[in-house]
Amino acid sequence: MAIALTESAEPPGQAPDLEPEISGRSPWALAGRRLWRNRIAMAALVLFLLIIAVSFAAPLYAHDIAKVNAFANNLSGTTIIHGHRVPLLQQGGGLLKLGETPIGPTWDISNYFLGADQQGRDVMARVLYGGRSSLEIGIGSAVFCCVIATVIALIAGYFGGIIDAALSRLMDIIWAFPVYLLAISISTVLLTTSNGLSIGPLHLVATSLWLPTLIIAFIYLPYVYRPIRGHVLSVSEKEFVQAGIAQGASDVRLIFSDILPNIVSVVIVLLPLMIATTILTESALSFLSIGVQPPNASWGTIISDGQDLLYTRPWVAIAPGIMIVLTVLALNVLGDGVRDALDPRAKLRADAVDRARALRHHGARVCDLLQDARHRPGQADRGSQPEPADPGRDTPPVRSRPPVPRPVRPDDEEDLHQP
Amino acid sequence: MMKKIFISRDLVSYSNQGQRVIPEVTAAAPATLSLVFGAAVIWVVMAILMGVGAAVLRGTVLDPLLMIIALIGISMPVFWVGEVVNLVPQSRLHHSFLFSWVPPLGYTPFTQNPVLWFKGLVFPWITLSIMYIGFYARVLRANLLEIQNEDYIRTARAKGLTERRVLFRHTLRTSMITFVSLFGLDFGVLVGGGALLTEVVFAIHGVGFLTYQSLTGLDLPVIMTTVIYGAFFIVLANTLVDIAYAGLDPRVRPA
Repeated sequence: MAIALTESAEPPGQAPDLEPEISGRSPWALAGRRLWRNRIAMAALVLFLLIIAVSFAAPLYAHDIAKVNAFANNLSGTTIIHGHRVPLLQQGGGLLKLGETPIGPTWDISNYFLGADQQGRDVMARVLYGGRSSLEIGIGSAVFCCVIATVIALIAGYFGGIIDAALSRLMDIIWAFPVYLLAISISTVLLTTSNGLSIGPLHLVATSLWLPTLIIAFIYLPYVYRPIRGHVLSVSEKEFVQAGIAQGASDVRLIFSDILPNIVSVVIVLLPLMIATTILTESALSFLSIGVQPPNASWGTIISDGQDLLYTRPWVAIAPGIMIVLTVLALNVLGDGVRDALDPRAKLRADAVDRARALRHHGARVCDLLQDARHRPGQADRGSQPEPADPGRDTPPVRSRPPVPRPVRPDDEEDLHQP
Repeated sequence: MMKKIFISRDLVSYSNQGQRVIPEVTAAAPATLSLVFGAAVIWVVMAILMGVGAAVLRGTVLDPLLMIIALIGISMPVFWVGEVVNLVPQSRLHHSFLFSWVPPLGYTPFTQNPVLWFKGLVFPWITLSIMYIGFYARVLRANLLEIQNEDYIRTARAKGLTERRVLFRHTLRTSMITFVSLFGLDFGVLVGGGALLTEVVFAIHGVGFLTYQSLTGLDLPVIMTTVIYGAFFIVLANTLVDIAYAGLDPRVRPA
């Protein structure tokens, strides 16, 4: 699937000078170059790294700039606004003039920038700390999930037979539950009813960030496992694996040095998209108060705290939501960019459509069709073919852009490097 | 428990003593059905408009713009959208003429007051459909662009069919196969209680809300019932998708 966001990244005139470079570079370097040229994806990467940096600087912000403790109650605290000392929790605010209302945003970076929450804690500092937890859980669970799913998929796809059947059915069982239902069930049992999880010598308390990380990694296993297993199956059939078997290579060697390098690109494409998904899942679980447990904060728990203050101090709920949207959006854009960089065929298909449009625009469709019929007789009336026809072959007279050399799939290129 | 299932054919809630489970679920079902049906209508219409629009406008500024909007839609957590949406008509703007018609949160049965039913569900519908609009529009656009390269589309153009006819009768019809199968599965999940977050945010006491309540209260009989209920709709959706497949793609009919 080609996406629109990458369109502006490659000016049409640059395509032909790719040709001489293909010979001497590894597919990874080529993919890296393609990604580097994709300005929107790089902007998304920068935004994501920026969010990580800011979130992990939360203790610095809380300690040195805001000078607050983001986790301790501060019900009777005061602060100075415009030279006046005001209490953090004001009596009788809001529409009903009842109860206590925390102060609103001051828009002063060193002094309750986004106001305080119902316990007088600095919302800005909490959003940053919350981002740290959310990102740790999101990235951690996505990495766990991808690594474990890859290992299982390698074993299932390589050995096949009864091992494959058993592992695949196991994954089907996880797959059969609706994602959120499964996550909520496991979280409810592990976080609220018992005191965490004990596996042998390992004990995780209910407030540990590891619990939501592992739960989320577990529920998404089949989503990562399925596509990877498919690729392992197809790579296992290739000639270089047969050659390895003929040379007497061990199973471990075949799996890790022949098959694994050929499926890593699939995992890398999945990773940013999985981080986006796990961050959303984590925030949903935390919102339902079965994700991150107090005293830890995460974007989801802050939104949940903000629900009570929604009509008086909306920023408590809005700010962490904006952070989630920015993070997930950056990851989605980056994920699309990575996919386009590693799978140039998707881009090529889109280019073909572009060319078809340009042709139609110039009224040269007939020429195209005539040439087509000459070059490939008998193919024009075929129905659905597995592979789209290669548009680079027939060069019509009217063209909006120079022909693009047919890029080779990273898989194919890597095959060449195999022993 | 077996005796209760097979002889009295119903279970009794643990936390809500005396409350039978099946009436509880059937009472919650209409709220979920209203929510999901309305949202489904919105998301199908909007996704087709956006997806086809982006594919047709490929090469102009509008295509990336539509796709960025779709991507933002996918990236927003649904419970947060619900809160922000609540903020607009329920808070300060509630007394302005624009939003004064919005009733307070909650669900009014259709049989009781159809007008209030509709008014109360407009914002939940929009909230629930946003993510699906983004997702389906992206899938549809990618699918349309891929199909435009197929030879039978070229053939259709060669026959001299108008662009509109090629788009609607050939391209769109083929990509509807993916669309319908995705839709069926998502719809099944949502009817079975998957709209949990939206129901919690908008205080709609549907099946998802019931599932959530029973899970947090560890009310085992209710959990069992709602899970079986959800599974039933997932299986039903799968069956309906397969039937719809045969209608859209004649190639699968004999099989």
